[in-house]
Amino acid sequence: MSLKDWFEKRKKKQLDPALVESKISGDDLSKLWEKCYNCNAQLPKKDLEKSMYVCPKCDYHFRIGARTRIAQLLDPNSFNETDINILPGDPLEFMDTKCYLSRQKEARAKTHLNDAVITGTGKIEGWEVAVAVMDFAYMGGSMGSVVGEKVTRIIEEGIKRKIPIIAITSSGGARMQESCLSLMQMAKTSCAVARANEERILYITLLTEPTFGGVTASFGTLGDVIIAEQGARIGFAGRRVIEQTIRQKLPADFQTAEYLLKYGQVDMVCKREELRKTLEKILRIHASVLKA
Amino acid sequence: MNKLNNKPLDFEKSVYQIEEKIQELKNLGAESGFDLEDQIKTLIIQAEEFKKQLYSSLTPSQRLLIARHPQRPSFLNYVEMIATDWTELHGDRAGTDDRAIIGGIAQIEGQSVMLIGTQKGKTTKENIEYNFGMPQPEGYRKALRLFYHADRFRLPIITLIDTPGAYPGIKAEETGQGTAIAVNLREMAKLETPLISIILGEGCSGGALGLAVANRVYMLEHSLYTVISPEGCASILWRSADMANTAAEALKITSEDLFRLNIIDGIIKEPLGGAHYNWEITANNLKEQVLSAIKELSGMSGQTLKKDRYEKFRKMGVFLEN
Repeated sequence: MSLKDWFEKRKKKQLDPALVESKISGDDLSKLWEKCYNCNAQLPKKDLEKSMYVCPKCDYHFRIGARTRIAQLLDPNSFNETDINILPGDPLEFMDTKCYLSRQKEARAKTHLNDAVITGTGKIEGWEVAVAVMDFAYMGGSMGSVVGEKVTRIIEEGIKRKIPIIAITSSGGARMQESCLSLMQMAKTSCAVARANEERILYITLLTEPTFGGVTASFGTLGDVIIAEQGARIGFAGRRVIEQTIRQKLPADFQTAEYLLKYGQVDMVCKREELRKTLEKILRIHASVLKA
Repeated sequence: MNKLNNKPLDFEKSVYQIEEKIQELKNLGAESGFDLEDQIKTLIIQAEEFKKQLYSSLTPSQRLLIARHPQRPSFLNYVEMIATDWTELHGDRAGTDDRAIIGGIAQIEGQSVMLIGTQKGKTTKENIEYNFGMPQPEGYRKALRLFYHADRFRLPIITLIDTPGAYPGIKAEETGQGTAIAVNLREMAKLETPLISIILGEGCSGGALGLAVANRVYMLEHSLYTVISPEGCASILWRSADMANTAAEALKITSEDLFRLNIIDGIIKEPLGGAHYNWEITANNLKEQVLSAIKELSGMSGQTLKKDRYEKFRKMGVFLEN
């Protein structure tokens, strides 16, 4: 490598927010190639970043971390993270095959996140928004007290500042390790959405792969507008639970974003590359009726 | 309800044996003419002592058996015991009358109320009708319609909950099980009438919470309230449904646990051994609690009630912050 090349590479690394962000969210950068889970194509990691982690060959949408999502959707350098110092506790001293505290530690090491959601304010094409973005890599994006508290606080912040709120979900559901405290986060976040409704604050939800259980049954599906990302699986009960209950084979496209659209459960299904544009359009249309 | 109709649960077999012995002694005394009164009295006192000890040190999984006891009174049983002029209001006005959630208007000691509950059956036929207490989205939407009705006429809403969870099925997903529950959570927050919820038996996950964003939440002593059924939790975290008893311990599902975690406002006492031993006593205790909660809340304005509900749930959760 020439000295010039080395400088070029270094400069590029610094400028590419997706690259920097994904490092923070724990995406594995050591691999230069990534295999598409759907069509098995070997894809250069660099190309994948350029295509927003969508397979250029088969359109498969890879699961992405919260930091990458923020880098993709918000205006560069507009994101101000809030409540960075909230950490999960272990109120029940929960222990299954591992103890909850060591699960937290592992998840933190893997994702560099304190819990399964990042919140903050930022801009989309100049429109100010309050956002909550979940990260599935942290304990399956499960909602415990921290997720519930941070989502509630960012909704309250949106109400206080009279700016639209966007929740981007990716979650297996409520966190079992906090049992009923997790269940109550569904109530808490939904009560906050009720206040946003009453204050006429626009609340948009973007459901991404996968969104299930307690998040589907609370703030996830309460959006004034509900967008499902293409390829996302979304539901209340998991596939296996349903199969065991009804003892029937389920349709192949069951609980996909497209399936939900067909049954009227979401407003639209959006490709990843169109998300930012779509959000901007919805914000702009509603901005005209918002109080000045 | 007479306990002769109840089959003993595994852990209470010894209680039944002692009671049989007492009965035998009584019979013997009557037949032989011996005076066994003193012995019988002592035995009865000892048996009572034994029962008290047994029932006050039950494990969560034993209490699960009581909560799911087939002779435990159901929503409609309580309605019959505590209310007068019960008038069921059917249907979601969109094509369905889900039978797992039943609602209607009635009076309790002259106080008009809206009563809504999940219903479990006692026979196979009933259980099929009520879908084992597992509501479809249409059930939650029927409840929502009744919430609005109650709100309009300022009727206090009493929800009585006993459900293994919202039904997991193909159609339930297609008609939006998650959304139906979520909308109820949000809309309950907006109601300007008192809302009181009582967990009667099983209070499992979103299916229970979908009727319980209330100003006051109580649990019957042997009921349970949990984010997921112990069986479900065991099969996910331990990858084996056989670990359900361990999961029941870990999940902290008893009324005392929930009270300690500040999730519920109080515990309604059951007769020794559980509600199925004496329906009337249980129903009376429940009625007293409902009436005192209504009395406490009826002085509040609609806005205050909303604020009270918001602040109640806003506080829930345990985390660290520096």
